[in-house]
Amino acid sequence: MRTILRDLRDALVSLKLTVALIAFSIVLVLAATLDQVHLGVWAVQAKYFYTFIVWWSSGNLRLPVFPGGYAIGGLLLANLLAAHFYRFQLTPRKSGIYLVHLGLILLLVGQFLTGLLQDEYQMRLDEGETKNFSESYRNIELAITDLTDPNFDEVVAIPERPLARKEIIQHPQLPFRVAVKTFLPNSILQMRRGDAPDTEPLNSPQGVASHLVATIQPLTFKTDERNYPSALVELDGPDSAIGTWLVSTLLDQPQRFDFGGRSWKIALRFARHYQPFSLTLLKFSHDRYAGTDIPKNFSSRLHLASPDGRDDRDVLVYMNNPLRYGGLTFYQAGFANDDHTSVLQVVRNPGWLVPYIACSVMTLGFLIQFGLHLAGFVTKRRKLAAASIMKREDRRGREEDSVKPGFAGSTSK
Amino acid sequence: MKRFFPFLALAAAAAAIVVSLLPPRNRTDYDLVAFSRLPTLVNGRIKPLDTVARTSLLVMQGRQRVTAPDGRSVAPAEWLLDVLFRPSVANAYPTFEIVHPDVLALFNLTPADGAGGKRFSYNQLAPGLPELDRQSKLADGVESANRNAFQRGVIQLRESLVLYQHLQTSLAASDSPGFLTQLTHLDQIAHDPAADKIRRELSDTFATMEAIGYLLPIPPAADRANPLRWKSAGAAMRDALAAGKLDSATAAYVELGLAWRGYQPAAFNAAIERYRSELDRDVPALMTKCDIEARFNSAQPFATSMNLYVIAFLLAIVSWLKWPDALGRSAFWITALAWVLATAGIAARMWLEGRPPVTNLYSSALFVGWAAVALCLILERIYRNAIGSAAAGLIGFATLLIAHHLALGGDTMEMMRAVLDSNFWLATHVVTITVGYSATFLAGFLALIYVARGLLTRSLDKPTADSLTRMVYGILCFATLFSFVGTVLGGIWADQSWGRFWGWDPKENGALIIVLWNSLILHARWGGLVKARGLMVLAIFGNIVTSWSWFGVNMLGVGLHSYGFMDAAFWWLLAFVASQVAAMLLAATPVARWRSFSVTS
Repeated sequence: MRTILRDLRDALVSLKLTVALIAFSIVLVLAATLDQVHLGVWAVQAKYFYTFIVWWSSGNLRLPVFPGGYAIGGLLLANLLAAHFYRFQLTPRKSGIYLVHLGLILLLVGQFLTGLLQDEYQMRLDEGETKNFSESYRNIELAITDLTDPNFDEVVAIPERPLARKEIIQHPQLPFRVAVKTFLPNSILQMRRGDAPDTEPLNSPQGVASHLVATIQPLTFKTDERNYPSALVELDGPDSAIGTWLVSTLLDQPQRFDFGGRSWKIALRFARHYQPFSLTLLKFSHDRYAGTDIPKNFSSRLHLASPDGRDDRDVLVYMNNPLRYGGLTFYQAGFANDDHTSVLQVVRNPGWLVPYIACSVMTLGFLIQFGLHLAGFVTKRRKLAAASIMKREDRRGREEDSVKPGFAGSTSK
Repeated sequence: MKRFFPFLALAAAAAAIVVSLLPPRNRTDYDLVAFSRLPTLVNGRIKPLDTVARTSLLVMQGRQRVTAPDGRSVAPAEWLLDVLFRPSVANAYPTFEIVHPDVLALFNLTPADGAGGKRFSYNQLAPGLPELDRQSKLADGVESANRNAFQRGVIQLRESLVLYQHLQTSLAASDSPGFLTQLTHLDQIAHDPAADKIRRELSDTFATMEAIGYLLPIPPAADRANPLRWKSAGAAMRDALAAGKLDSATAAYVELGLAWRGYQPAAFNAAIERYRSELDRDVPALMTKCDIEARFNSAQPFATSMNLYVIAFLLAIVSWLKWPDALGRSAFWITALAWVLATAGIAARMWLEGRPPVTNLYSSALFVGWAAVALCLILERIYRNAIGSAAAGLIGFATLLIAHHLALGGDTMEMMRAVLDSNFWLATHVVTITVGYSATFLAGFLALIYVARGLLTRSLDKPTADSLTRMVYGILCFATLFSFVGTVLGGIWADQSWGRFWGWDPKENGALIIVLWNSLILHARWGGLVKARGLMVLAIFGNIVTSWSWFGVNMLGVGLHSYGFMDAAFWWLLAFVASQVAAMLLAATPVARWRSFSVTS
C-alpha cells in the first residue's frame, strides 16, 4: 500500500507527467484549432476546453476520446503544486522558476474562472437609438409580457433549454401553461401558400404568423453568421387551449393577445442582458484610406447616461479603444445598414485583471531565470577562454595532438 | 592567400553592395529616373510611379524585368510609360505569366508561343478575353479555398488583365489617339459653342477614366500632402473642362505623354522638370520620400543580401572541411555585411511607412530572418566555429526567399486595416512574437546542422557537439521567453480591443502551441528525458510548430487574424513539414550509424 502511494506521489511530482501533460495540451489546442473550420470558435471552446472529456460522436454513438481542457489543466495544476511542495527549497537561484510557475497557476485558475464567468453580448444601435440592454449572440429566450399596467411591463423570460427540450412550462406569474410544440434551432420564415396542406396538425396559428411557416435550416457555426431559432408554442388556459403562436427571432415585433382580462405579448428573442445605464448612438463613422475601400477606422460616438444622473456624457468607442463601464466592456465589432447602425460587442469578464497579474509575474520569473542562466554561461565562458589561452601558451612548441577524441557525448552516457 | 582571404571576401562583398546602391542612371535621352520618382496615390498611399511599375509587373509576371519582342531590356518605368501612352507598343510586351496549360488552351496558345515558355503579350491574349471572362465567372462561383489550379489560374490572369487595363486608362483613354492633342486645346473646346459634341464625347471618356483608372496621380492645387484630396486624371480633366483650363499636374502629364508618344526626349524632360520643380516647392518632404523609395526599389537590398547569405552559407560549410579559420572568418564577415544591408533595408521600409518593422506577412518574413541572423552573429562571436554563420546563411536566405514570393501579391507597404492600425501594439506584440518565431526556427536549424554533420560527416567532434547542444538549449530558452511574452502581449492587445484576454482564435492558438512546445522541450531536458540527440529531434519539430503558427493557421481561413490568407504556399508548407519529419527520422538513426560518433581510433 505504502509503495503504491509512493509511486503515485512520484508520478504526481514527476517532470515526465509535466511533459506528457504539455504534449496532451498541444494536441488538444491543435485539434481545437483545426475543428474551428467546422464548428466555429464557440462550439469548439465548449467541446474541447471547458469540459473534462472530449467526446467523439457519430450518430448515436458517443465515445470519450481525449481529456478535455479542465482535465489537462487540472492535472497540470496538481502536478505543479505537488512538485513545488515536494521539492520546495527557498533559494534565490530558484526564485525565477517559482515565479514562472506561480504565474502559471494564476493563469490557469484565471482562465478557469473566465470560462465560468465570462459572458458576451451584442448591442445593435441605429443612429439616434437608445438602449439599456444588450442581446446574447447565441442564447434566446421566450418573453411573455403582461402589458395590463400602463406604468410598467411584467416580463417572464423562459430560457432556451426548456424550449429546446419542448417542456411544458408553468410559471407563477402566468395564468396559463406554455407548451412548446416544435422548436427549430435555426430556421427561415416563408409565406404560407394557400393551396399547400397544413403540415402541422395543430390548430391554426394565431396572429401575424398565421400566414407564415417556419422551415428548419442547418445550424451554422461561422463567426459571421447566426442561427435564427423559431418555435411553435401552445398556450393552455386552465380549461382549454388559448391558441398556438409561431414565435421566431426573425420576427421584429412581439405578438399581442388578450387572456383572462389582461393584455399580453409574446416573442422569441435573443436573450437580453439589462444594464443599469443606457447608451445612445450619436454617430457611427467608417473611415477609409484615400481612394480605397480599405477600412482605416470604425468609431461610434455614444451618449452614456445612468439613471442616478451621475454619468451623463459622450464617449467614443473605436478600434483598440473600448468603453469600460459598469463591469462591462463595449467594443466596436461591426456595422450594418449602410453605415447607420453600429454593432458593439459587450463583454462581462470580472476576472479580466488576473491574466495581467499572472503574466507580469511569469515574465519577471522568466527574466530572473534566464538572466541567471546567461550570467552563469558568460562567467563560464570567460573562465574557459582564460583557460584555453593558458593551454595554448602551454602547448606552443609541443607537437600537435593528432588523435581524434572519440565521442563520449551526452547521448552515449 | 589564406591570411588575406577574409579581407578579399569582405572587400568583394562590400564592393557588390556599393554597386547596388549607386543611383540609377538613364540609358536613353529620356529622363526616366525623374519620371519614375513622380508621386501618385494608389491603394491609399502616395508612392512613386516606380513602385507602381515594379509591383504591377511582379503581380502580372512574377519579375520586374521586361524584355521587348526585339530582345531589348525595358526598365519598369519605361514599360509603365508605354502602357500609359503607347498602348500598341505595350500590348506587344510579353508581360502576362501563364503556366497552366489549360488556361493557355483558352487562348489557343501553347508554351512555345510565349517568351521563356510562359510569358505572353496582351495582343496574344486579346482574342480570348471573352472566353476568359466566361471562365472566370464560372470560377467566381467556387469558394476561393476550393478552387482547383485551373480556376486559380483563370482568376489570377483575369486580375492581371484588369490591373493592366485599369493602368492603361489612368492618364489617357487608350483607344483614341487624338485624345491628348484635344486636351491641349481644352480652353477652346470649353468655350466653343460649336464643340458641343466633342465636349460630350470627352465627358464620357473622362467618366470612364475616373471610374476605372488605376492611378490617382493628380494632387490638389492646395493642401497637396493630404492624400484624401488627390484625384484621378479623369476627375481632374472633368474639372478642367468645366473651368476651361488644365491644372498644372494634368497639363504636365498631357505634355509628357505627347512627347513620349511623339518620341521627343527634350519636350519630355522639360515637362517633367517643370512639374517636378513645382512639387519640390510645394511638398518637399513628400518628394524626398518618393525619391528614397525609388532608390530603395532600384537598390533591391534584400536581393543582394540574399545572395550574400548564400555565399556565407557555402563558405561556412566548406570551412568545416578546409581552412577553418580563414573561411570561417570570411563567412562571419559576409554574414555581418548581409545583415547590415538587410537592417538598412528594413529601416528604410520603416521610415517610408512610418510603422514598426512587422506589418504584414511579407515584413514578418524579413524580420524573422533579420532577428535569427542577429542571434547567429552573437553565437558566432562566442563560439567561432562557423555554425552560427552557416545557420545565418541558411535562415537568411530561406526567409528572404519566402519574402520574395510573398511580394508577388503586390505592394508590400500596405495600409493597415482598422484594428491593426496601432503602432504601439505592432511594435510590441508583433515584434516580440516574431522574434520568438526567429529563435524557435534558429534552434531548429542548429539542430539540423547537428544532425547533418553528425550523421553524414566526421566533422562533429565532441567539443563541437557539446557547443551545438548548448547553443540549441540557450536559443530555446530565449525562444520560450520571447514567444511567451509575445503571446501575453497579444492577449493584452486582445483585451484592450476586444474585451477578452484569450479567445482561442487560431492565430492565438498557434502562438500558444509554440510556447507549449518550447516549454515541453525545456522540461524534457530538465527532467533528463532527452539528451543531446533527443533535444535536437524536438528542436527540429519546433520548425514544424513555428511554420504552422506562422503560415498554417492563415490557411484555415477562419478567425480574427485571417488577414494574411494565402493558398499558394500550402504545398510548400507541406513539403517543408515533410522534410523536417524526414530530418527527425534521420536523427533517430542509431548512434552507431552516425559517422561522427562511430569513429573510435
